[in-house]
Parts: sequence; structure tokens; C-alpha cells
Amino acid sequence: MLETLVAQNTLTQNLFPLGLMPYIVGGVLIGIAVASVYIITGTHATQSTFFTSTLSYFVKRPFFQRRTYLDSREWRLYFAAGIILGALIYTVTVSAEGLWVSSVPLWRFIIGGFLVGFGTRLSSGCTSGHGISGLASLSATSLYAVITFILVGIITVNILGVFGI
Amino acid sequence: MKPKNIVLFIGGLIFGAGLAAGGMSKPEIVLSFLKLEDLGLLVLMGCAAGINFIAINIVPKFIEKPILGEAYKPRTRIFGKNTIIGAIIFGIGWGVSGLCPGAALSSIGIGNLPALAGIAMMFVGAYMMGRWFS
Repeated sequence: MLETLVAQNTLTQNLFPLGLMPYIVGGVLIGIAVASVYIITGTHATQSTFFTSTLSYFVKRPFFQRRTYLDSREWRLYFAAGIILGALIYTVTVSAEGLWVSSVPLWRFIIGGFLVGFGTRLSSGCTSGHGISGLASLSATSLYAVITFILVGIITVNILGVFGI
Repeated sequence: MKPKNIVLFIGGLIFGAGLAAGGMSKPEIVLSFLKLEDLGLLVLMGCAAGINFIAINIVPKFIEKPILGEAYKPRTRIFGKNTIIGAIIFGIGWGVSGLCPGAALSSIGIGNLPALAGIAMMFVGAYMMGRWFS
């Protein structure tokens, strides 16, 4: 009995070295956010369209002037501003850690960011669009996309690891 | 301010706090998931999608239409080769940077200003995609 418990604890620690609580709390908060927005407005609060819809203010090419971008660009700006501010408020109030800066080299944000912007728009969704709203809508398209970007992400990190990056 | 924008702003505040609380604002934690050292990201995504599942599939059976909208519409995306090609390109970028669009915004919020460079490049990537396909 005790041995089984110890074995289970070790397994949990191996799979989740930081514990499960932060992920459950974070996931529940994100779930409450997207669910409330959907129930109140009928809108899927997703992220990656934000880039194209914000570009529609500046780029007059027909692709960027599609109805779907013009109709959503305003609330997408409010949603994005909320995300930045929500993370800031959490960090300076609830979290004991305070402001934090990553040690991932800048070139990785620059190259990776470009591919993230291009890829999510080509795929019509990101971790929030395909991952949280698409999966919750039982969309097969989103399931294939999620499996693909997670597998490719795992392969990418491990290839970088082989080169000591 | 339009009521819908207020709802999305408050939704964003909770969403951003959730990303920060769940560690997703830190590229290091996302990368440790992709290294399969910490599977917490799957738990977080599962909790969020599970709660959203109720809102999308069950709530509309009891509430006819949203207070601030015309109708409830499940999110539909037509499957095509671009779904997969895009997801592959996104996956590479995610593995290189540890950033995805929402997490990158929240990363700025927790003080990680270098993520601004990632977001700027996401705009460039989205612009190139739009140019390419118009």
C-alpha cells in the first residue's frame, strides 16, 4: 500500500517536476475566461488571428481587408491588452516571484516568432484556436493540427538539443 | 467602450493571469514540455479545453442565444493541406522560441520584454503569409 503510494508520487514528480497545481489552476482560469466569453458573446476568444486583424489597420491589400478581420479587429486588441495586463497583475500581486526575464537567447525569439506568425496564420489557428477552442468544438481539423504542432515542436527541440542548442 | 470589448478585455485579464499562473508565460517551461521533461502543458490545455467544451456543447442547449451576440457557433475550420503545413511551420517556430501567440503576450506581462521581439516577428510572419496568399 505505502509502496504503491510512494511509486505513484515518484511517477508524478517525474512527469510533473513543478507539481500539478500550477497547471490545473492556470488551465481552469483560461477555461473560465474562454467559456465566459463564449457564453456571453458567442465569440471564440482565440489568439493568432489578432496579428492579421491588427495588420488590417495598416495593410490595404484585399487579403487583409476581409470582413472576418475587419469585424473582429477591435475586440482582438482589447483581448490582447487584457492578456498582457492580466499576466502583469498576477505577477505583481499573487505571485511571490515578481517580474521575470527569460534566458532563452534573443535569436530564438526572432526566428521562432517569424515561423509562429506565418505558420499559425497558414494553419488558421494556434495553441488557443486549435488547442483550446478547436478541441472543445470537437473539430477533427483542430485535432490534426494540435497533434502536428506538438509532435513537430518535440522533434524540433530534440534536434536543437543534439546540436547542443 | 462597447460591451463586447469590455467582456473580451476582462476575459483577456483572466486568460493572461491563467497563462502566468500555469507557467506558460515562461518559454523555458514550454520548452521543458517539448523536451518531455514536464508534461504540465497537456494538463493545462486539457483543463481549459474541458471547461470550454461545456460552454460550447452543453450551455447552448439551455440558453438560446448569447446576451451580446446573435447565435452560438461551434468553431469550424475546413481541413486542408495548409492546416498541416501551417501546423508544421508553427511547431518548428514553437520549438525554436518556446513562444506561441497568447503565451508571448503574457510573457511581456510578466516582465519578459525580449518576447516583444518574438511578437514583432509574429506580425512579420502573419504579414508574409497574407502577402503570399493574396
